[in-house]
Amino acid sequence: MNWTEFLPTGIQLSYLVAASLFIVGLKQLGSPASARRGNQLAAVGMLIAVVATLLEQQVLNYTLILAGVVIGSVIGAIAAYRVAMTAMPQMVGIFNGLGGAASALVAIAEFWRLLSLDLPLSTTALITIILGILIGGVTLTGSFVAFGKLQGILPGAPLLFPLQQPLNALLLVAFLVGSVFFCIDPSNLPVFLGLIVASLILGVAVVIPIGGGDMPVVISLLNSYSGLAAAAAGFVVNNNMLIIAGALVGASGIILTNIMCKAMNRSIFNVLFAGFGSEGGSGGGSASVGTQQTVKSIDPEEGAMMLGYARSVVIIPGYGMAVAQAQHTVKELVDQLESMGVEVKYAIHPVAGRMPGHMNVLLAEANVPYPQLCDMDDINPQFEQTDVALIIGANDVVNPAARHDKSSPIYGMPILEVDKAKHAIVIKRGMGTGFSGVQNELFFQDKTLMLFGGAKDVVAKLTSEVKQL
Amino acid sequence: MTTATLITCLFVFVLASFVGFEVINKVPPTLHTPLMSGANAISGIAVLGAILVSGALGWNISIALGLIAVVLATINVVGGFLVTDRMLLMFKK
Repeated sequence: MNWTEFLPTGIQLSYLVAASLFIVGLKQLGSPASARRGNQLAAVGMLIAVVATLLEQQVLNYTLILAGVVIGSVIGAIAAYRVAMTAMPQMVGIFNGLGGAASALVAIAEFWRLLSLDLPLSTTALITIILGILIGGVTLTGSFVAFGKLQGILPGAPLLFPLQQPLNALLLVAFLVGSVFFCIDPSNLPVFLGLIVASLILGVAVVIPIGGGDMPVVISLLNSYSGLAAAAAGFVVNNNMLIIAGALVGASGIILTNIMCKAMNRSIFNVLFAGFGSEGGSGGGSASVGTQQTVKSIDPEEGAMMLGYARSVVIIPGYGMAVAQAQHTVKELVDQLESMGVEVKYAIHPVAGRMPGHMNVLLAEANVPYPQLCDMDDINPQFEQTDVALIIGANDVVNPAARHDKSSPIYGMPILEVDKAKHAIVIKRGMGTGFSGVQNELFFQDKTLMLFGGAKDVVAKLTSEVKQL
Repeated sequence: MTTATLITCLFVFVLASFVGFEVINKVPPTLHTPLMSGANAISGIAVLGAILVSGALGWNISIALGLIAVVLATINVVGGFLVTDRMLLMFKK
């Protein structure tokens, strides 16, 4: 077998190695000890796959391709090192969008190439091209809308208007009709361009009615779409590597979407179509918690006494803590408490941050060791033996109404059961509500003490008071 | 694309999806963000397709679109793997 005969086989074998590395890499990403190596293995797999593709006979345009790779690498590397950890959801959102755009462009470019060669286009080929454009286009614009909402460029509240769902349905029907026309006459360019535009509009239409609080679900779902888009592009160019990698990513995105939905007690259908948090919200919850009820407020000195003389403290960080950039200050407080013999743990709700696992990354950045971070299922049975639960910038995820108040919009959502601890201290700016718009009945309970103020400021005061004990 | 190749592709897609579900199902919540950004980097695999469609010499619309796709997908790949590595470096015992 000579070189030219071996080359195609060698390329396919390289793909097989790369696909295996992706699978092993993802597997190792499942444990904190091996996660970094897993990511590196996947990166090596990608490198092998790219080099193998460059060796394909049809690839001759090396200068321009390598220029593109260099430009992309520089932009990607700068973005990766500059991004703040609080902005990870936006970053993943943008990257999803770019991946989707690349997949859609591959489908479009391949179609153009086949059309200009005057080769006959089979219906199956055309259908894969349509799917590639649809999924890629929706991923692109959907991700950018999600980015806009997370970054605060677009309003976080769901954007709803009359006849929204009929209009979306109409758009989808128009897309399907256009697809049929396209399969009958692929050379009809206005129809082809119309399909591209329709898929881009669909992406916007799918994400604008979803509220900022639901973005963890949306980001997970778009992550899944970006994988499916790559798989669709793989069908278009008939490349197994794209199909396998795309399917793996599609599966991981769906699993995470499912986990997020469960953590919020919502179905994916409800997240996508309900416009949650726009009008409902306030009704049921606030009625059950009357305005005559009062809260007990304490100052940092009293708070420090309770924390310093406790045996066990559980800290419940919410996104409010991250926004206030208080995680390093919190870590100082915890170090001080631990040096005094207090047992401290962190309880992390699955939707504590803006994307799955976001809070864990933010605390890891503040040098909190990961064995101290407890998942909801692990920590809930421990609250009964906890002296003080310290809630910093979290709200809906600790509202006991989720357990018993059937009229509450968050009824049924799994929560951190801080009301079972002996005392709860809530650090909060004021009496504002969380994403759901519901007042939190925890704040009005006898054993709950409110510490009003900005998270960073209050935690710093607590730390200095604890030091003086 | 013939129906036979489509079927082969479908087999690969469905089986790989099952592998994905099995491999990823048991990831602890601590690692969900790195998992997502790592998976995100893998979805930049579209760069292979981009290289294939922009491979010919000369200039036409296909090649131009393919080259744009090369840049976008590479940002996705390189940025995704590097930021995941940066995050995982922070996870300490």
